[in-house]
Amino acid sequence: MDKIKVLLVDDEEEFVKTLAERIEMRNLGSDIAYNGEQALKVVKDEVPDVMILDLKMPGIDGMEVLRRVRKAYPDVQVIMLTGHGSDKDENEARQLGAFDYLQKPADIDKIVSTIKNAYQNKVQKSIMAATFAEAGEFDTAREMMKEDDPKKKGSGKD
Amino acid sequence: MEQKPDGLGWNGLQFFGRISASISHEIKNVLAIINENAGLLEDYCFMAEKGKPIDPARLKGISEKIAKHVIRGDGIIRNMNRFAHSVDEPNHQVDIADLLELMIALNSRFAANKNVQVAHKSPAEPLAIPANPFYLENLLFLCLQYAMDAAGSRGAVTLIPKKEADGIAIVMTGLADLSAPFPGPPETALAEAIGATLTTDSTAKSLTIALKK
Repeated sequence: MDKIKVLLVDDEEEFVKTLAERIEMRNLGSDIAYNGEQALKVVKDEVPDVMILDLKMPGIDGMEVLRRVRKAYPDVQVIMLTGHGSDKDENEARQLGAFDYLQKPADIDKIVSTIKNAYQNKVQKSIMAATFAEAGEFDTAREMMKEDDPKKKGSGKD
Repeated sequence: MEQKPDGLGWNGLQFFGRISASISHEIKNVLAIINENAGLLEDYCFMAEKGKPIDPARLKGISEKIAKHVIRGDGIIRNMNRFAHSVDEPNHQVDIADLLELMIALNSRFAANKNVQVAHKSPAEPLAIPANPFYLENLLFLCLQYAMDAAGSRGAVTLIPKKEADGIAIVMTGLADLSAPFPGPPETALAEAIGATLTTDSTAKSLTIALKK
């Protein structure tokens, strides 16, 4: 099986480099972007399976990146990982289709398991969409690939 | 019944809240870096237990990063402590160089998010003025937010303290676009409370806070 492609986006360079190294040690492929603009360029060049995204960054912030990525690439699973603990931000991110919302500092096992769950979610949706498409139910297949209904999600908090 | 917030008190609480939220965000970032590097050390130890040799230079590098971010965290908490103590006394001699240094540090995350460089020039001689330190910090913070917006993304704001005949002036330069209305009610109320005058100069692209002795 190919490695899960993970894009890490954070303006804290030493944080994101170390996290990338640890993620790679756990057999996940990782790429890095240090701000929102870079992240959108990387996604355009090579669409990741899962994105780990900080909220507060210079220039285009994490919420805007989330909004644009979910609109243009709805099958990319976005996990917010931030030191910004506002409930309002968390609700907004979930409404925009974030798969989960984690607080810094986070345990590596929690991050890795969330990445794997997010990837699993993406794969399952693709399989179900393909099944509906094969059966000729194209509208349902298209619906499957759209954003998740945030109301169906749990809080994701530990 | 709807409660009407009182001007200066509510402004002050909002300012305190914004700075506290920014500091907690900064501390969380520092903790996250320390957490990842400590975790990386653990990963290397685990690999060594499995027989994979560890490069001592790599370990030294990780431990240096942890030490560096402990110092960074200590600096953030020191500034938080200095800020918290600014409400200890309603009036005392405020050292302008110390004040500018503190405010630039507390404003650093706001500046990074707006992609603006903020720096200050040291006064030629020690400058101090009797003032309510918290109100002065609040006013300076609000003026800085306006100045950073006026400077625009990739702009640079420089704070220049100056001795005047009747007091001290803090001039903010690099304000490319002064078209937004200024000062608003919060800045006006704070300026009145500490006897300061606020002026903008579209030719010099600057904003001046004049503090009378």
